[in-house]
Amino acid sequence: MFNEYNPIDNKIFSVMDNDGKVINEKWMPELSDKEILKAYKDMLFARTADLQIVSYQRQGRIYTYPPNYGQEAISGATGALMREEDWLVPAFRELGAYLAKGITLKEIFLYFMGHEDGSRFENANHVIPMAVPIASQLLHATGIAYEIKYNKKDEVVYTFVGDGGTSEGDFHEAVNFAGAWNVPVIFIVQNNQYGISTPFSMQTASKSIAIKSVAYGVEGIKVDGNDYFAMHKAIQHATEHAKAGKGPVLIEALTYRKGAHTTSDDPTKYRTKEEEDLWGLTDPLKRLKAWLEAKKLWSDEEEKKVVSQYKKEIDRQFEEAENYPAYPLEDAFQYMYADMPEDLLKQKMEHENFIKWKGNRK
Amino acid sequence: MKIMNIVNAVNDALDLKLSEDKNVVVYGEDVGVEGGVFRVTEGLQLKHGKERVFDTPLAESAIVGTAVGMAIAGLRPVVEMQFSGFVYPAFNQIISHAARMRNRSRGQYKTPIVIRMPYGGGINALEHHSESMEALFAQMPGIKVVIPSTPHDAKGLMISAIESDDTVVFMEPKRLYRAIKQEVSEENYSIPIGKANVISQGTDITIVAYGAMIREVQKAAVMAKEAGISIEIIDLRSIYPIDRDTIAASVKKTGRIITVTESPRSFGVATEISQIVNEDAFLYLEAPPKRVTGFDTIVPLPKGEHHYMITPEKIFYEIERTFKY
Repeated sequence: MFNEYNPIDNKIFSVMDNDGKVINEKWMPELSDKEILKAYKDMLFARTADLQIVSYQRQGRIYTYPPNYGQEAISGATGALMREEDWLVPAFRELGAYLAKGITLKEIFLYFMGHEDGSRFENANHVIPMAVPIASQLLHATGIAYEIKYNKKDEVVYTFVGDGGTSEGDFHEAVNFAGAWNVPVIFIVQNNQYGISTPFSMQTASKSIAIKSVAYGVEGIKVDGNDYFAMHKAIQHATEHAKAGKGPVLIEALTYRKGAHTTSDDPTKYRTKEEEDLWGLTDPLKRLKAWLEAKKLWSDEEEKKVVSQYKKEIDRQFEEAENYPAYPLEDAFQYMYADMPEDLLKQKMEHENFIKWKGNRK
Repeated sequence: MKIMNIVNAVNDALDLKLSEDKNVVVYGEDVGVEGGVFRVTEGLQLKHGKERVFDTPLAESAIVGTAVGMAIAGLRPVVEMQFSGFVYPAFNQIISHAARMRNRSRGQYKTPIVIRMPYGGGINALEHHSESMEALFAQMPGIKVVIPSTPHDAKGLMISAIESDDTVVFMEPKRLYRAIKQEVSEENYSIPIGKANVISQGTDITIVAYGAMIREVQKAAVMAKEAGISIEIIDLRSIYPIDRDTIAASVKKTGRIITVTESPRSFGVATEISQIVNEDAFLYLEAPPKRVTGFDTIVPLPKGEHHYMITPEKIFYEIERTFKY
C-alpha cells in the first residue's frame, strides 16, 4: 500500500466515491455488513452528540467547544480498530475515538463545562487527556511508543494533530524521533484545510503533509479522510506495519471542518459558501449511508428512530454532567504534587480563613 | 477624542505606527484575514497590505525567531501570541536571542520587537487560556514587560513599546478587552515604559496592581473607604523596568503595602515589590508588606476558577488585616 500510494506521487488513497460506490475493490477492508453498520451508527452517534453540544453551547450551558462535524470517519475508523491496550493520545477533535475508548459523553460534557473531572476517564484505559497546546502531545505518543518497544508489548499508539499543528516544531521532532527509534506510533493528521482562519496553502509550501514522512524516513500515506473504508484500511495497514516492528506511519487524512474551529470562531470571515458546499459532497456519513442504503442495510426511517434514541441518551448524560457536585477548594490543590508542600497547604488554609471571614461578615 | 475599549486602543496604536513607520510589520496566527481571535488587528491587513500585516503558519517559536531576524535587519516587528499560554514554544527565542542579541553583539544589533499576548483569567476559558505568567518574562534579563489596564494606557504604552529599541512583552488583560470604554485621544501619544501611575491618592495603605487587577482593587478601595481606610492605588503599567521610586515614595507616606496580582504567589512580581519596599522604605513600615495573589496551583477550569480568582472582597480582607496589624 505504501509503495502504491507513495507520498512522492501525491496520490490520494480512496476506496469509495462521493456516492458511496466502491471504486477500489482491491483495498476494500474485509468487514462484515454488521461491522460496517456498527461503524456508521457509531459515527452517527458521535455526530448527533457533537451537534447537540454546539446547541448546548449556544444555550450557554457549556463553554467553548471544538466541533468535529464533517471529520467523523477519521475518529470512527480509529475507534473501530483501536483495542483496549492500544494507546490514544488525542489533540481535541477526536470525539468518536474518545467514545470508542470508553470515555463517556458525561465526561466530555463535564470537561467542556469547565471541570477537570471530565478527564478522569473512569472506564477508559490508555488514553491521556486532551492536549490544548498544539502538537505538543505528539512527543508524548512517541515516548509511550518507546515504552511499548522497550517492554516488548503488543500495543500501538494512535495520536492526532491538525494541519496547523504540522507547522509546530514538536510535530517534526515527534515524527523524527519515532523514525529514529523505530517505535510503534501512528500519527494521524486531520487535514481539515484550516488552522482556525489560516488555509492549508498558507501553512506550508509542501504539496501534502504525507510527503513529510519521506524526509523522516518513515512510511506515510495521504488518505481521503472522509472515506470510511479508506481510513479503515489505511489505519489497519499502518497498525500491522507498526506492530510488525517496522516503525511509525504518518497518515494524512484529508477532510473538512464543516463547523467552526471552536464555538468562539466564525468561519464566514475566512471561507466561502461555495467551498463549503463543494466539500459537503464528500461528507463521510452521507457516503457510508449511501453504501448501506444501496445494500438495503439502512433507511431514513431507521436513522430517524436511532437519532431520536441517541438524543435522549445524550440529554440524559448531559443532565448528569450538569448535576455534577460543586467543585471543592481541595480539588484546586490536591493534584498538584504527590505530597502537598507545606507552603501550598498554608496557602489553602489562608484561603479557608478568608472564606470563614467572608461567611461571618454576611 | 474617541470612545475606545482596549481592543480598539491597541488596534489604533498599531494602525498609527504602521502608517508612520514603514519598518513596522504585524504578524502572527490569524492576525491578517481574521484580524486576530480577539479582533485586535481587525482591518489592518486591508489598510496596510499583506506584506505588512499577515498570517503565519502555526508556530510560535518561528514567529518570534523570525522577528529576531527581522529586527536585526532593521524592521520593527509586532508579533502576536494568540494566548499567553501558547508562548512557551517561543521561550527559547525570547530568552536565548531576543533578550541577548544586543549584549552578545556588544550593541551592534538590537531587537526592537513587540510580543503581544492576551493573558489572565476570568473568562471561563479552556485550559492554558487563563494564566498570568508575567513573572517568567520579568525574570529574563534583557526583556521589558508591559501590562496596561485601560484603553488610554494600552494605546500610549503600545506606541512606546513599538518605539522601544528593546524587546517588549506586551501582555493584554483579555478579561478587560471590551469591559472598559473611555475617551482616548486619536493623536499619536506615548506613555513612558518604566513609570508607574498613581491612580488614586490615599494615606493608610498603598496597593500596587496592574492589568485586570486594577478594577478589583478599585472596588476594594471603595469597601475600605466605607470602613474608614484610605487607599493609594498604584498601577504599575510596566513590570520591568519597575518603578521603585514611586512605590517607595508611596509607602513612605502610607506605611503599609499590599500587592495584588492574579499570577501564582511565589517568586513573583508581588514578592519583588515587597523586597523593594524592604530595601527602600523599611523604616517607614507599620505592617509587613502583603501579597494578594493566585495560589501556587494551575488555574482551575471554569467550574473551579472562582476559588483562584482575586475578588474585591479578598483584597479588602487583606486591607483590614494589614490596617489592624
